Amino acid sequence: MNIDPSKINVILATDCGSTTSKARFFKKIDGEFRYVTSGEAPTTVEAPYEDVTLGVRNAVREIEELTGHKLLSPEGIITPSRGEKEGVDLYVTTSSAGGGLQMQVAGIIRTMTAESAERAALGAGAIVMDVLAIDDGREPWEKIERMRFLRPDMILLAGGIDGGSVSHIVELAEFIRAASPQHRLGAGFEVPLVFAGNKYARSHVEKLLDEDYALQVVDNIRPTLELENPEPARNAVHELFMEHVMSHAPGYTNLMKWTPVPIMPTPAGEGAMFRTFAQAQNANLLGVGLGGATTNVYSYYDSKFVRSVSANLGMSYSICNVMKEASLENILRWIPFKIDDADVCDRLRNKMIRPTTIPHTLEQLLIEHAVAREALRLGLEHHKLIARPLLGARRDQSIEERLGGQIRTASYIDIKRIEWIGGTGGLLSHAPRRVQSMLSLIDGFGVEGITKLFQDSVFMIPHLGVLSTVHLEAAIQIFEKDCLVRLGTCVAFSGKLTEKDYGKEIARITIKMPDGEVLEKQIEYGTIQRIELEEGKTAEIEGNVASPFRLATAEGSGRRFTAKVEGGVVGILIDARGRPIDLPKDDEARRNKLREWFGGLDAYPAEALEDK
Amino acid sequence: MAMAYTPGLKRKASTVVAKIRKLPIKGKVLVKEGERISYDTEVASTNLPGKVNVLNLALILELESTSGEFEEERKSLGLSKYLLKNVGDTCEAGEVIALRKTFFGLYQRECKVSVTGSIEYVSDVTGQCMIREPAIPLALDAYIPGTVTKVIPDEGVEIETQAALIQGIFGIGEETHGELMMVNDSEKDALTEDLLTEECAGKIVVGGSIVDGPTLKKAVELGVKGIIVGGIKDADLTSFLGYSIGVAITGEERMGLTLILTEGFGKMSMAVKTFNFLKEFEGKLACINGATQIRAGVIRPEIIIPIDESSRDGREDEELHLEGLTSGLPVRIIGPPYFGAIGHVIDLPVDLQTVETESKVRVLEVELEDGCRVTVPRANVELIEE
Repeated sequence: MNIDPSKINVILATDCGSTTSKARFFKKIDGEFRYVTSGEAPTTVEAPYEDVTLGVRNAVREIEELTGHKLLSPEGIITPSRGEKEGVDLYVTTSSAGGGLQMQVAGIIRTMTAESAERAALGAGAIVMDVLAIDDGREPWEKIERMRFLRPDMILLAGGIDGGSVSHIVELAEFIRAASPQHRLGAGFEVPLVFAGNKYARSHVEKLLDEDYALQVVDNIRPTLELENPEPARNAVHELFMEHVMSHAPGYTNLMKWTPVPIMPTPAGEGAMFRTFAQAQNANLLGVGLGGATTNVYSYYDSKFVRSVSANLGMSYSICNVMKEASLENILRWIPFKIDDADVCDRLRNKMIRPTTIPHTLEQLLIEHAVAREALRLGLEHHKLIARPLLGARRDQSIEERLGGQIRTASYIDIKRIEWIGGTGGLLSHAPRRVQSMLSLIDGFGVEGITKLFQDSVFMIPHLGVLSTVHLEAAIQIFEKDCLVRLGTCVAFSGKLTEKDYGKEIARITIKMPDGEVLEKQIEYGTIQRIELEEGKTAEIEGNVASPFRLATAEGSGRRFTAKVEGGVVGILIDARGRPIDLPKDDEARRNKLREWFGGLDAYPAEALEDK
Repeated sequence: MAMAYTPGLKRKASTVVAKIRKLPIKGKVLVKEGERISYDTEVASTNLPGKVNVLNLALILELESTSGEFEEERKSLGLSKYLLKNVGDTCEAGEVIALRKTFFGLYQRECKVSVTGSIEYVSDVTGQCMIREPAIPLALDAYIPGTVTKVIPDEGVEIETQAALIQGIFGIGEETHGELMMVNDSEKDALTEDLLTEECAGKIVVGGSIVDGPTLKKAVELGVKGIIVGGIKDADLTSFLGYSIGVAITGEERMGLTLILTEGFGKMSMAVKTFNFLKEFEGKLACINGATQIRAGVIRPEIIIPIDESSRDGREDEELHLEGLTSGLPVRIIGPPYFGAIGHVIDLPVDLQTVETESKVRVLEVELEDGCRVTVPRANVELIEE
């Protein structure tokens, strides 16, 4: 598409989420792109409205009311801008409404080509409904039955390196043919299918599937065991998503006419922005989009970008699935006041059936933050199953790997080597105190070492992601000035003792503040403390930590350390709670410990922490 | 102001309910446009494809693959000369469908099928043979009585009926029918075991604020078709189902009855108007469905009570509240601390206000049924569409 960035001064971006349509308005002010304001309204892709543009109009109307800037015409969004108070020069949008892009992927070996196909689909912003593989442990009829039951938006078939197995790919294609999965929108719609496997199997696959599917053949996702080539498959998925999925969803034909830029799945937009930021920082990063229905985790680690999606871990629609997968006990451990277990279950169920509600009371807020920690923990566990070395590839092995074959299947992500963690999604962006989201991220991910944390100010990372595809400069300017809320730095010691060691001195640190002040701290086990350090300021920290603790810094992990730490709206958190974080077994002691942590950090109003 | 609120659940005394009844795959439509039908009229039928059984003939017949390392050079397995049946032929369980003789017939390998079906596909590349079991007939009933307003060729029909309609908030269980029967005197009362008698068999029983697990079990034993009640505790639902629901997609449960909650989880008095409304229709046929899907195509459980065309009270169906909330509209509060309270909107301040959590949100003021005025986030109310 031909978009001349020099002619763009006013931008409108929307995200049609599964619950809410979110409009963000940006303008060039004094030569720099800045965020102006937001508008939100319920998404209207479902009955009785069945027209996504109604929700978008409602969200945009809110911006009109707040700014007096006219944006809507009967035809859609007014473009280009006319004078100071009418129209925009660019309108872009992402979408996850109606369940987003739901895909079935297939490959020969579950941990090799099927995993490569899964990574490619996830990278394209899809929810992977099922992974079919020759060795997935299911009987052939079970594979076929499962596919028949699913109604995917699209299928990605991979398998075989170029010149490798043909028969197994044909076998997979035969399963797909026998299952004849129906399109989610019903009979009469062709299911798009991307074939990205062994190039020598193309003619067989075409013969079997070309007639009944919208088949697109692209370069092999895994041309050799050592190489993963997801881009051609990812591009084909995006293209087919627009052509076969978006164009059939209620109202999207109109919405597509409003914007010159292809509608991007929300997670793809989110991922694009996290990746752009990590590349600019040249740092290892973990990003998370904690949504109502899903938890998307993104990693940029040693220059490799991976996305995972936990389709049923979320803070509203899927909140009860977090309870189911994490267990109620694990959620309750983060609640600092006495509460009846059954009451928590009923509250979470009520949130599930009325997903658009927001916490009105502090009690409800703390319960939701407890669930968020567990959703983040599970989301990262899931991500680590995707973010791992290419299996089957010949590569240099470390001594550890040579000694223990199982290590080869473990994730390459070492939380101690993550330099940045960023969060977005309603719960994190709308946390009333920023320290609440910082602590949720630290506890959920079990942050270790020295890690900078940021969050999305008002949920606009997906918007900026899609914008970055056509106007990178604007996206980066807005991201740095208005989206990125630098929370601060977490200094978390690795290692642990027992409950009876709470209060024992485990480290001594010196912090040289930017104004020259020197703070000497004795760090006790089982504590977390906050040191205020403004955004944009840097302090130097040095010290010693006692065995069995260590602190990971850029120079490695050890007992003596020196490092620079950056400030933020929260500041520096010195976390000596041990890893993994264990809470006291006794319930009263546990509640007291949480009150000590939350109270010490001023995370919640004091009355919120007391027993009712 | 745009509509920062949750579209509400419907409660209509008289409305036109239209239902599209579609087969999962193409089939035959059995009724005509304009035809008057009953709720149990079969409107369409089809044959669902049978289960596929896969046999690897190459493996069973011990056929060697001719491929080398590079399989693009793979040649045909030449299966056709061993097949005793052709693609499309039927076969009986135990029948030999392929035979390979070697060593002048001294040694033979045969392939027997374990199921009755038809040979759908044989692959000369993989050696796979797919046997499709006989098709499963599927008859689709009307679910609601009414008039066929549209025939969708080969797929199904659209049926319209004049009815009272109430949407629940959550349900389990499939479509069912029965006479409405009130067992509680008040919307605040619990539906307990002792209130269920043999008279309840075949009925849709309406309770008040809550039902528990043992009462649900007794209802199943008695043959109650459905229960409509304000709330249930999560623990009771989990014990009744035998598992915990993760994501709210329901309707496939086969528990012996359909359960519809009108308010939510926990003890929740049924909205007075809903309770009185159901009371008004006691003894009438109700068509109910517990299917709930909160995400991606919202489906709420429904209670459809067909009424005579002649009894239509002349009230026009309201238009959708596309313009959002306005003063005077009836709403239900759907979040703590006023969960379940009903009232009407009296003010919609434009500016953001700080609530107890310290969040700044858009709020509205509601006058509750008892006259109290409360301020709540707009996101925490739903419209009651009457």
